[in-house]
Amino acid sequence: MPTKNIAGLDVEVDEEGYLVDHTVWNQDIAAALAQEEGIDELTDRHLMVINFMRKEFEEKGTGPSIRRLTKESGVPTKELYQLFPGGPAKKAARIAGIKKPHGCI
Amino acid sequence: MSESIKKVSIICAHGGLDEVYPALILANGARMEGIEASIFFTFFGLNAIMKKTISKLKVATVGNPSLNLAMPMLGLPVTMPFPTWLGGIPGVSGFATGLMKKEMEKLDIPPVDEFLEMIHDAGGEIYACKLAMDMFKLTREDLIEPVDGILTVGEFYEKSAGATVLFT
Repeated sequence: MPTKNIAGLDVEVDEEGYLVDHTVWNQDIAAALAQEEGIDELTDRHLMVINFMRKEFEEKGTGPSIRRLTKESGVPTKELYQLFPGGPAKKAARIAGIKKPHGCI
Repeated sequence: MSESIKKVSIICAHGGLDEVYPALILANGARMEGIEASIFFTFFGLNAIMKKTISKLKVATVGNPSLNLAMPMLGLPVTMPFPTWLGGIPGVSGFATGLMKKEMEKLDIPPVDEFLEMIHDAGGEIYACKLAMDMFKLTREDLIEPVDGILTVGEFYEKSAGATVLFT
């Protein structure tokens, strides 16, 4: 696995740039990854989504479906797509430092 | 690397539960990947966007030789054909539909009405076919709220400019 310097820290990432180990993640890494995804500033609403994804990942070993995400994170579908334009599940997962989601829903 | 898909235009012409879901899953999946998506409901597919029928879509148990795939849900071998005579008995199609819906819920697949709202909120567009609407004597009032418009074939093609067109 390649190593990449993100926010001053050398971390392992997979071929698509997702963190290999979600426990090395911190807010600075999130901010740096967000910049790469074209999101200049992570707001409280972004963080609500990201924190929910991390919690789900820690409990279940996989990120949530968009349906669960919108039903349980408190961020509705429309807003989710505005917060993470061009692919919310993948972008949010990458910024949250978890593995790329593999669900179809 | 070949160029990625930017836009899909999906045609849904059938109204069986199993015939509608592929269109919904493809459209929602496209939006999740940041791909523009629209679904054009025509002919019996209109059942999926009509207020009165959206929650009543069924799996066909008559003339459906592929139903063997669902046999394990009844604890039976996957190779066992579902007898057509059984499928015609009142209530059997409803039972099979219920069974399938239960399995889908387990996989977090939303019911059709919720799914269409989700796709719409995600920026997907939902259209009805004008000719089929006229044929079945339907009006905008008969359709669910998320429907973005009623299109002629020509308008459908205009909206589909640059899209990959999928017929489900």
